[in-house]
Amino acid sequence: MSVDANTLLAIIGMALATYLTRIAGLWLLQVANVRGRARSAMDALPPAVLMAVIAPTVLATGLAETIAAAVTIIAAFRLPLLVAVAAGVASVVVLRMLIG
Amino acid sequence: MGARTQDFSAGAIAILPVLVATAPVALLFGTLAAAKGLSALEIWLMSATVYAGALQFVAIDQWADPAPIGLLVFTALVVNVRHILMGASIGRAMTDFSRPAKYAGMFLLTDEGWAFAERRVREGSLTPAYYFGIGVSMWFVWTSGSLLGAVIGSGLGDPSAYGFNFAFSAVFICVLVGFWSDWRTGAVLAASGAVSAMVYLLVPGAWYIIAGAFAGVGTAAALHAKSDDQPPDGILPS
Repeated sequence: MSVDANTLLAIIGMALATYLTRIAGLWLLQVANVRGRARSAMDALPPAVLMAVIAPTVLATGLAETIAAAVTIIAAFRLPLLVAVAAGVASVVVLRMLIG
Repeated sequence: MGARTQDFSAGAIAILPVLVATAPVALLFGTLAAAKGLSALEIWLMSATVYAGALQFVAIDQWADPAPIGLLVFTALVVNVRHILMGASIGRAMTDFSRPAKYAGMFLLTDEGWAFAERRVREGSLTPAYYFGIGVSMWFVWTSGSLLGAVIGSGLGDPSAYGFNFAFSAVFICVLVGFWSDWRTGAVLAASGAVSAMVYLLVPGAWYIIAGAFAGVGTAAALHAKSDDQPPDGILPS
């Protein structure tokens, strides 16, 4: 097995850049004064990021994905996570077959 | 079992559905990277040190010989900017973590692992053992999956045909449901979702996550009510 020097450099560069984005949040945290309005904003960060990550799949990919997302939401309110995820995946497979 | 072992296993068990969905995606990554001419060792190294699925697929798509180092590093920064927001958010909950544990933990930060850690925070508190239970098992599945894909090569087909790619969205939806508290959560989600989808359709690249996140966070700040503050010592919030 071989490792090309240029490839190795590219991998190291990507690894360092990625790690930088992973720890930068910790530094951001130290300067952020979390009170009042800023506190409300920070508390909304997890749902806001989660929503932003899935929005293209849920809203802008196809009808099958949008309906399957609705099925998953309903399932998630009543069923354990694994079952809700399975229900979502099963519906997307069936819906893709039905409506392309 | 000690409390640590118990928490570590609890994290690994909680993330199990994600591991099941990650394995075929890791296999596919290894296959695609091998098709671009990377050796199995190089592919394992990338998965082990870069350890960022979305970026790795984009990087392999742009791969050439010799590797365009500057472009790849810049792509890494752009695709992973979302980690800054996730790190800032989960960092607040890492009160039980030593400094080295925090910095080691951040190496293992992924979208899905982060979502499950935030879920744990909402349920109670996040211990380092639980966090590493999530992170280490995901790292192990991602690295061994990509190595296996690199070695056994093509013939696996496209995981999207089996709905595996939707599994990640489904997992996120389930975690998201746990964040619901009142109508303001709805407003935050509506703003984030609408802006994210719009930017996704209009702007190339991964900017939609940042744009949507800021729209949601801005909405939360705008809807902030004075009654939400409980200043312990009478200091008025800004």
